[in-house]
Amino acid sequence: MAQILVQGTQMLLVLALAPLLTGLVRQAKARLQRRRGASVFQPYRDLARLLRKEVVLAENASWLFRVVPYLVFAATWVAAALVPTFATGLIFSWSADLIAITALIGSARFFLALAGMDVGTSFGGLGSSREVMISSLAEPAMIMIVFSLALVAHSTQLSTIASVMLAGVGLRVSLALALVALLMVAVAENGRIPVDNPSTHLELTMVHEAMVLEYSGRHLALIELAAQLKLLLFLSLVACVFVPWGLAPVGAGVPGMALGLVSYGGKLAVGALLVAVFETSIAKMRVFRVPDFLGAALMLGLLGTLLLFVSGIL
Amino acid sequence: MPDAAFVAQLPVSGQLFIALAAVVALLALAGLGVATARRPLGRPLVYGGALVVTLVAGLSALTAIAAPAAGLVLPLGIPWIGAHLRLDALSAVFLAVINLGGAAASLYGLGYGRHDHAPERVLPFFPAFLAGMNMVLLADDAYSFLLSWEFMSLASWALVVAHDKEAGNVRAGLVYILMASFGTLALMLAFGLLAAGSGGGYAFDAMREAPPVGAFAALVLALAMLGAGSKAGLVPLHVWLPLAHPAAPSHVSALMSGVMTKVAVYGFIRIVFDLSGPPDWWWGIPVLAAGGVAAVIGVLQALLQGDTKRVLAYSTIENIGLIFVGLGLALAFSANGFPAAAALALTAALFHVLNHAAMKSLLFFGAGAVLTATGTRQMDELGGLIHRMPTTSVVMLIGCAAISALPPLNGFASEWLVFQAVLLSPELPAWGLKLMVPAVGALMALAAALAAACFVRLYGIAFLGRPRSPKAAEAREVDGFSRAAMIALAAVCVGAGLLPGFVIDALQPAVGGLVGQTMPAQGSVAWLSIIPVAESRSSYNGLLVFAFTALSALLAAFAIHRFASGAVRRAPPWDCGFPNASPLAQYSAASFAQPIRRVFARGLFAAREKVEMPPPGALTPARFSASARDPAWAFLFLPLTAAVDYVAERANTLQYLTIRQYLGLVFSALVLLLLVLALWT
Repeated sequence: MAQILVQGTQMLLVLALAPLLTGLVRQAKARLQRRRGASVFQPYRDLARLLRKEVVLAENASWLFRVVPYLVFAATWVAAALVPTFATGLIFSWSADLIAITALIGSARFFLALAGMDVGTSFGGLGSSREVMISSLAEPAMIMIVFSLALVAHSTQLSTIASVMLAGVGLRVSLALALVALLMVAVAENGRIPVDNPSTHLELTMVHEAMVLEYSGRHLALIELAAQLKLLLFLSLVACVFVPWGLAPVGAGVPGMALGLVSYGGKLAVGALLVAVFETSIAKMRVFRVPDFLGAALMLGLLGTLLLFVSGIL
Repeated sequence: MPDAAFVAQLPVSGQLFIALAAVVALLALAGLGVATARRPLGRPLVYGGALVVTLVAGLSALTAIAAPAAGLVLPLGIPWIGAHLRLDALSAVFLAVINLGGAAASLYGLGYGRHDHAPERVLPFFPAFLAGMNMVLLADDAYSFLLSWEFMSLASWALVVAHDKEAGNVRAGLVYILMASFGTLALMLAFGLLAAGSGGGYAFDAMREAPPVGAFAALVLALAMLGAGSKAGLVPLHVWLPLAHPAAPSHVSALMSGVMTKVAVYGFIRIVFDLSGPPDWWWGIPVLAAGGVAAVIGVLQALLQGDTKRVLAYSTIENIGLIFVGLGLALAFSANGFPAAAALALTAALFHVLNHAAMKSLLFFGAGAVLTATGTRQMDELGGLIHRMPTTSVVMLIGCAAISALPPLNGFASEWLVFQAVLLSPELPAWGLKLMVPAVGALMALAAALAAACFVRLYGIAFLGRPRSPKAAEAREVDGFSRAAMIALAAVCVGAGLLPGFVIDALQPAVGGLVGQTMPAQGSVAWLSIIPVAESRSSYNGLLVFAFTALSALLAAFAIHRFASGAVRRAPPWDCGFPNASPLAQYSAASFAQPIRRVFARGLFAAREKVEMPPPGALTPARFSASARDPAWAFLFLPLTAAVDYVAERANTLQYLTIRQYLGLVFSALVLLLLVLALWT
């Protein structure tokens, strides 16, 4: 029963917090650039306004174009709800392990890339084609990171991995490599600087924004929310695997849960700040530099996995 | 008859009789095809008959998986040996896959065959091809095996060159027949070595009794990889496959790509897992390497193709690579004393055999439907078919998602199992394997991600966007038979993805017979999850993932339509303010692949882009062309043919000698032979 409660809270929590996290990042970036910036609650207002607006649909858009926002949102939400945020022992954790979560994010991207090509504009195709190029390196890198974590924890179940990390596995070279690789993949997956710029509408540099260029109204709201959920997902993933402290273990009482919630909030705030600092201090790279960046992530992940294969303790 | 003792132990079963009757019936249908090919009744008779026969044979094979092995010796073939037949769990699994795939192809052929302008070149060979594949799976001695194998190759060759007037098909047939002969030669040598161990017994039972040892066993492995690998499409023996598979009519392409490659996988499993005795520790290494390389090279090549059926043919090479990765892991585990892990890896491979048969047949049917509707296989002439072909576009979407290994479909389930097997391999003691397995795991992950890119491209260019040619703009949905066949296969993809536990359980008799252990039973796990090793280690539930995603999507749709604006206005596309360009300004197949071509294909594939820009004022159009090569042609086959040509050129002078020189030649040959004889003894 408690586990169902934890799972339910988690589902609602990620949905509620995702826009706030994005607002935090934007606010922190604005301050770093000596602007005042919008309120941290601005993303909620944006979403509400998009939901109220009518959808302007391209004349030759097919049913797929209208279904994809729901699919993308649902797949991302399910994936985000399966990553432990404030407590381990999510009741449905066993229905999808970390490989399946990675693949769920991959499904969302598959459909979004298809939607980008549906209207038949050149920008949509450009975005989709670049997105699949980026993902063709980011996804294997992610799988290598999963391998490293799974070999340390002897499990691909995220709840189990989090419990093992909470119990402490010591400092390991392979985990350090996996962390660096995961951060790089997270930057690419979320379309952040230096791989992509979420706030640009300059044609030559767009990837994600080019794919969703034709979307408007409630469809756009769902896609924006999915993108915000994805950012939250990756921050939660880094938090629960590499800084698991404060995470409420299985069977923790109300105080443990409260501690988990507070520490999760703290981790997200720190994470948002770090993202903002990182994005402010670096310039966006050319599209064809991205493969080098992600290739490095892939190699780091592979190196971590190889170390674990060769010696169980590194 | 020295082998009678072995055979006598196996009883004859009803399923074996049905399988045998199916072969006879299919051969009879081939005869019927010859007789009625030019009549309007021929098509429904042959395809309808093949549908019934393969359906019965497939369902009967399903019941034979868990049944004890059955055997029979017929007084055919070589005197004193006879034709040994056997139906055990392994052949039953493959019989089921092949006949159910064959049934789908027959159903599809009922409608698709209507458009065939030369039915007399297809109808007789289609049932014969099916019969040949069935015979390979039933054969239990080297002679029957090779005879059936060659029969299968020849029947499929005839289908490849059925449309001989189309450009390139005759060359495809030539390359195919050459590679097929080479493969059969390798298998013949492999069986020769196997038979040598048992003192010349050609029955498989005799070979099992006296497996080869040491270097002979290694040689058998190499020959099996060459022989079965060339048929399955392992790199670099794959060159015939992307030529031959697309050349055949689409339902035959589906059979060749989805089904015949599985017969090759069966041949490899039969020889290496069953007949060669216990594996050495290193046997997994070459198999893993071949599988990993085939997976990545296959999918990269698929990304560079502009022809829908050729994309699918190259993607077959990728999937065969994945299957061989599973088999290589199974060999490595089994040789190093981890039968439970070997059972997991082998199950993953067999599961992927089934999955790939279903999804690749589905995709080829879809490509055939597009070909019927538009008359073209070139992606750059398609587009917008989702509006014109509602059923085909839905089932193709399912097929593309399944082969891109997206949850909750079947491709993901088998790939997930392979990943779980990879994660068990740090326990392997050998250093070579410790370094090899993670590298192959990375190659697999890369191949999976590239496959998703490949099928976004295929579906996005062919079915989405605006029509790029008048043919695509006037496409019509295909006939009911074709749609029924595609819907049935799409249902298999979804079903096997949502309930993988039952498929895994059904495969266990075959797995247990080969590696001596089975996976834990999955059918009784709570909530129909699959738990390959232990619950704390990993579990996956396709049904729940699907239910959650569907529920969340419905919830979102409900909430939005209840509380938010539901208004929709149709308007011209926005496209950053450049709307209404020509449909040709959309992304094309080549431009979509450009980033990946630049990143991955520059070196090995020598991908080049050429821009011809006329000088200012000139009236010639500017041109852009992209080219790439298949490294197997560039590094292996073209040098090989050049060498053959060179030698033939040199040897040609021997035809223009004087009588004196000929006599000298004969004399020196005689002396040489006598010398050899003298030194030998």
